[in-house]
Amino acid sequence: MQNFRYTKDHEWVTVDGDLATVGITEYAQEQLGDIVFVEMPDIGRTVAAGDEVAVVESVKAASEIYAPVAGRITEINPALNDAPETVNEDATGSGWFFRIQMTTPGEFDQLLDEAAYLALTGGS
Amino acid sequence: MRWLPNTEADRRAMLDRIGVATVNDLFSDVPADVLDPVLDLPPAAGEIEIERAFRDLGRRNRAAGDGPFFLGGGAYRHYIPASVDALIQRGEFLTSYTPYQPEISQGTLQTLFEFQTQVALLTGCDVANASMYDGSTACAEAALMAARITRRARIAVAGGLHPHWHDTLATYFRFAGLELVPLPAAEPGCWLPDGPGALPDDCAAVLVQYPDVFGAVGDLRPWAEAAHAAGALLIVAVPEVVALGALRSPGTDGADIVVAEGQSLGVGLAFGGPYVGLFATRDRHVRNMPGRLAGETVDTEGRRSFVLTLAAREQHIRRGRATSNICTNSGLCALAFSVHLALLGESGLARLARLNHEAAVRTAERVDAVAGASVTNRTFFNEFSVTLDRPAADVAAAIEQRHGVLAGVPASRLYPDHDDLAHHLLVAATELTSDADIERLGTALEEVLR
Repeated sequence: MQNFRYTKDHEWVTVDGDLATVGITEYAQEQLGDIVFVEMPDIGRTVAAGDEVAVVESVKAASEIYAPVAGRITEINPALNDAPETVNEDATGSGWFFRIQMTTPGEFDQLLDEAAYLALTGGS
Repeated sequence: MRWLPNTEADRRAMLDRIGVATVNDLFSDVPADVLDPVLDLPPAAGEIEIERAFRDLGRRNRAAGDGPFFLGGGAYRHYIPASVDALIQRGEFLTSYTPYQPEISQGTLQTLFEFQTQVALLTGCDVANASMYDGSTACAEAALMAARITRRARIAVAGGLHPHWHDTLATYFRFAGLELVPLPAAEPGCWLPDGPGALPDDCAAVLVQYPDVFGAVGDLRPWAEAAHAAGALLIVAVPEVVALGALRSPGTDGADIVVAEGQSLGVGLAFGGPYVGLFATRDRHVRNMPGRLAGETVDTEGRRSFVLTLAAREQHIRRGRATSNICTNSGLCALAFSVHLALLGESGLARLARLNHEAAVRTAERVDAVAGASVTNRTFFNEFSVTLDRPAADVAAAIEQRHGVLAGVPASRLYPDHDDLAHHLLVAATELTSDADIERLGTALEEVLR
């Protein structure tokens, strides 16, 4: 079982070594509704935690996606370009957004754990 | 009935929150003599007297059609068929605004969709929005868009940009954190055939006017190559849209964003406005495009229908992060543009453009034959610069007074601080310029320059 961490802006993060994979939560995709477009960051871009790096657009809203941790963008999910609805179908799996080579791996542990995130969204 | 629902306490709370003492403090940036001018009006008069006074005042105007007319410089006199006015004055069109409950207004949305299609075809771009206020503000929005796309803040502006458009850019840039970097200007009437030359570092865009302010036209491809080599976009600004009936489309020659003043088709001179801005770009930049966008789709029964699409870019959804705060458009002017262009058709526009160029060529030949006047341009569409042997403003004023001919726009009107341009006169001709007009201009020039 992968270890998921969360932000209050409804991103999820998993890590493999110092490589973090980021997406949006099941709760977020439900709130947004049908997702029609994802604007991705440039590969190679250096980001600080909290930087706006992507935009997700649904039929009723557009929301910014923030980098949960600092580092360099190494990969974006190419599938979302042609099939943004993948985020609705599998938000925490094949609907991932981008990967960050973390500069401060300790930041991951500062993020919300599942219980804290569920408390934030009123779930259980 | 109370029209202003805010109580004194509400207002106090709002003023305290934003940190000013009185409502008037909000207007402290406006010069006092403008904010509260002394009007010095005559005493009240009856309706008949007022109508008489204004008719007398109106007679002092010299309308464009009252005699030979060679003014251009960003606004052009063209023939607008009577059917344009008849169609746009239908109640369904005349009273409607860009709809916020859009799908109920299928007719309005369809006209916007057709307008966009026409603009995309004219500019050689993939996609166009439902119009903007005018060419100059469309130009400024294009610069902001290029900055969003490239995440750079510097716009390199070619010397041939109309100074009023330049001022509009400077106004937009002042608080948008953008830097306007002027590129070296060509000699008036000359097009830089090799493109812009060296560009500043970290350019978001290269912006070039086509035809330029002195009427010169040339190859855009070296400009596109130079911009793209620097990682910048090429913005092409077209001040006279009829030119696109004869010239190569900027989009085809590498422009990433094309903006234009659409006044020439359907809109008329009208004392300087309202006009209509055209704005077009490539598909891949559509989400960074400002303005509204009508799209075609099918309804639940499979019938062709229209929607406002990609609205998530706009301020009513995206709030402070909207791609633009312009979520309206020049709807009625855009409709007039579309009706006029539809009446012309593709071949009609090409013929109109040819008539314009031919009239300008005949005018240039006549003017160039006058001693003391020589055509400056090597290339032009329907407007060119003439170098006179004395200040152009004096010559134009004398020709107007003594011959009733509006000979052109003295460059000093556009560049009051450039003594080196004082002898330049911008002369425009259109399909409305007759051979008799041209002869009267030639004769008048001969008399005044004698």
